[in-house]
Amino acid sequence: MAEFTLPANSKIGTGKTWPAPPAAQRPRRFRVYRWNPEDGKNPVMDTYTVDLADCAPMVLDALLKIKNEIDTTLTFRRSCREGVCGSCAMNIDGVNTLACITAIGDIKGDVRIYPLPHMPVVKDLVPDLTHIYAQYQSIQPWLQSDSPPPPDRERPQSIDERAKLDGLWECILCFCCTGACPSWWWSGERYLGPAVLLQAYRWLADSRDEKTGERLDLLEDPFRLYRCHTIMNCTRTCPKGLNPGKAIAEIKKLIVLRR
Amino acid sequence: MPETRMRTPLGRAIGLGSAKEGVQHWWMQRVTAVALVPLVVWFVIWVIILTGSGADRAAFIAWLRDPVSAAVWVLLLIAAFYHGALGLQVVIEDYVGNEGARLGLIVVMRLMALLGCILGIVAVAKLSLGA
Repeated sequence: MAEFTLPANSKIGTGKTWPAPPAAQRPRRFRVYRWNPEDGKNPVMDTYTVDLADCAPMVLDALLKIKNEIDTTLTFRRSCREGVCGSCAMNIDGVNTLACITAIGDIKGDVRIYPLPHMPVVKDLVPDLTHIYAQYQSIQPWLQSDSPPPPDRERPQSIDERAKLDGLWECILCFCCTGACPSWWWSGERYLGPAVLLQAYRWLADSRDEKTGERLDLLEDPFRLYRCHTIMNCTRTCPKGLNPGKAIAEIKKLIVLRR
Repeated sequence: MPETRMRTPLGRAIGLGSAKEGVQHWWMQRVTAVALVPLVVWFVIWVIILTGSGADRAAFIAWLRDPVSAAVWVLLLIAAFYHGALGLQVVIEDYVGNEGARLGLIVVMRLMALLGCILGIVAVAKLSLGA
């Protein structure tokens, strides 16, 4: 359903401005979304000042510095700090991306940090991914084949067949793309969204999988698949440089080809 | 107060399952779009030619009496209204969340498109075949 304004309980107020560190050489302000499910209040933007002369270069480094030295209640997900786990996906300077591979120096002015858009918030910068994970599970993201594998080795795949998975296997399921898709914002209950559809195509494109027809049957639906209107926010925002929009187009082509 | 939901997340994600349709809509939207390119170019060129030569109503009717003109006109009307109806259906599906309202609006919209298309074809036939 189309929504043009934030619901009343999501309107963002002005929060606390934390004191700057004394004698900071390169102070930089970070405006961070805060919401606590336990205090019954609306979300607010807290302002923190970090001395970049005493901080590593990435946005995640600044968030960790804030949590370690200024405000331990700040809540966010992070793990690998090198762009392969997808945990620290958030909206930084208006773009969904990974905090660990976004350089503070590339951002002009105050660094504004929000959780991924249009998802329920668990706390602060942590979105609730339950529904997206369920959507991912619904496409059965595992190899399905009636032919048994060779008894003495793994299922064979030629170099050319393997190459068809390039640009798909690299997806780390950070859901920056899905959180950037207006179609998913409005019809996300049924529309699978770019990340899940890219994963669906990853299994359609796998030469070892034998359930291509069944997979296409599950996808052919006005809402699950055809809500994609090639807006291409997904491809623009992907921190791994992948192209979910193209993967979705390939699914549509396969469904036409089998008519 | 929203109803308590204890259904599993996977159950909610699967919902009513796949409609197993949508390709016809998607494919015909592209087919009619491609068809409209030469049809609209033909239409614009003829309007320029006829108005440029200072044609009056009689000249337009004489043009429509050519079977080729009338046939292409009918094709143009079918492609345009078909394409328009497909596009408006997407808009309704995107913006109307209530299932009943959505289905009702799509039926009404399709009937209006059909009406407009038939009106156009009847008008062309009347001018083309009329005395």
